[in-house]
Amino acid sequence: MIGVVDYDAGNIASVSNALSAIGAEYCVSSGVDLLAQCDGIILPGVGAAPGAMTSLRQRGLIPFLRSVNKPLLGICLGMQLLFESSEEGETLCLAVLPGTIKRLSDRAEKIPHMGWNMVTFTAMNPLIEGIDQSAYFYFAHSFVATVNGTTLGTAECGEVFTAALAYKNYFGVQFHPEKSGKNGLTILKNFETQCRSYRP
Amino acid sequence: MLTKRIIPCLDILNGRVVKGKKFRQLRDVGNPVELAARYSDEGADELVILDISASLEGRKPFVDVVMAVARKIAIPLTVGGGIRTLDDILTLLRCGADKVSLNTILTRDPSLLTRAAEIVGNQALVAAIDAKRSDGSWIVRVKSGTEETRHDAIRWAQTVVENGAGELLVTSIDKDGMKEGYDLELLSTLHRTVKVPVIASGGAGTKEHILDALRIGKADAVLAASLFHYNELSIAHLKHYLQEEGVPIRL
Repeated sequence: MIGVVDYDAGNIASVSNALSAIGAEYCVSSGVDLLAQCDGIILPGVGAAPGAMTSLRQRGLIPFLRSVNKPLLGICLGMQLLFESSEEGETLCLAVLPGTIKRLSDRAEKIPHMGWNMVTFTAMNPLIEGIDQSAYFYFAHSFVATVNGTTLGTAECGEVFTAALAYKNYFGVQFHPEKSGKNGLTILKNFETQCRSYRP
Repeated sequence: MLTKRIIPCLDILNGRVVKGKKFRQLRDVGNPVELAARYSDEGADELVILDISASLEGRKPFVDVVMAVARKIAIPLTVGGGIRTLDDILTLLRCGADKVSLNTILTRDPSLLTRAAEIVGNQALVAAIDAKRSDGSWIVRVKSGTEETRHDAIRWAQTVVENGAGELLVTSIDKDGMKEGYDLELLSTLHRTVKVPVIASGGAGTKEHILDALRIGKADAVLAASLFHYNELSIAHLKHYLQEEGVPIRL
């Protein structure tokens, strides 16, 4: 069972629909007790970092998300929140990973970075099994994580940034796997497999 | 490289897909869920569904259509028509929409964008601008094109972006349904004026029109309806053509 964290951060329905499409068992909850019983956690996210962190704090989810010992997949803003802080509203985040989320460089022709872009995978990981080394995914964001030691794949929009990452039991994708057609569903399926087989 | 997007649009009236000319003369085209699934399978990059009755006849929930379509597709879904409040926005996103398209309400309350952006982010907020040519410029019209405003479309585009719109869906009322091509001057002017992506709408009749909107109009995405609804052009064929012409496209 995958627990989808419900914290009023938008695309719960899209994530739920995609999990249904791959036949995954899931629940949507903001309760630590229920989420703690799940085999894995998805932290979705559309929205803005300040409101999202406030919302997580109000629900008492921050300690749980920081210390969870099973696979966790952060999607878009959900991935960005794994870092120490974000330039978006000068927000302190979950600090699972070091570093700051930055606004896309003005070299980007358009901001937000919106649409299907090529992701180039630069490391091996079970999360991206079965995906071509270069594959299209759907993005919709204005802030990015720079390339770092956890980066699994990169994309380019005025600069090269982290499109997918893995660190211990934490995974993150800047794109929206729930909106990226077949490739995206493959990633969610891979994550579900991780959840079922994970042993801390 | 970021690819250009091909976006079929479903105009919804009473739960059915319809299509008109210059925002008039509506004809029934089909079932929204079936069409959405077909376009998603054929390689559409996103889908837009608009409740076209909403502004004229008062709010009509087409939430059932939104939910049914969202369950069928794994590509982004933008929903518009009759959205008036922050609650409307949150409800539609909760029902499976990824973005909402705001139009008439913005002329009364552009700050709705600002309030919504704090919660859902700019990337989920599309400002729809229906523009009509008038003495060398373009005037914004609202209520499905029936009501003229005092807003110059280019200045209005800047206003909605400043307020928090993450994308513009720009329809030329003069060109809509005419199949004579997009208003390229309107598109390229907007491209030079705003930093957010522009979706071109209104006037596609051939694949060359779409190429022009992307290449000359510098649009980031093109929206088309009847071209796809009546099988005049398949999305797959269009995308291959654009790729051969050197346009970055997801195949």
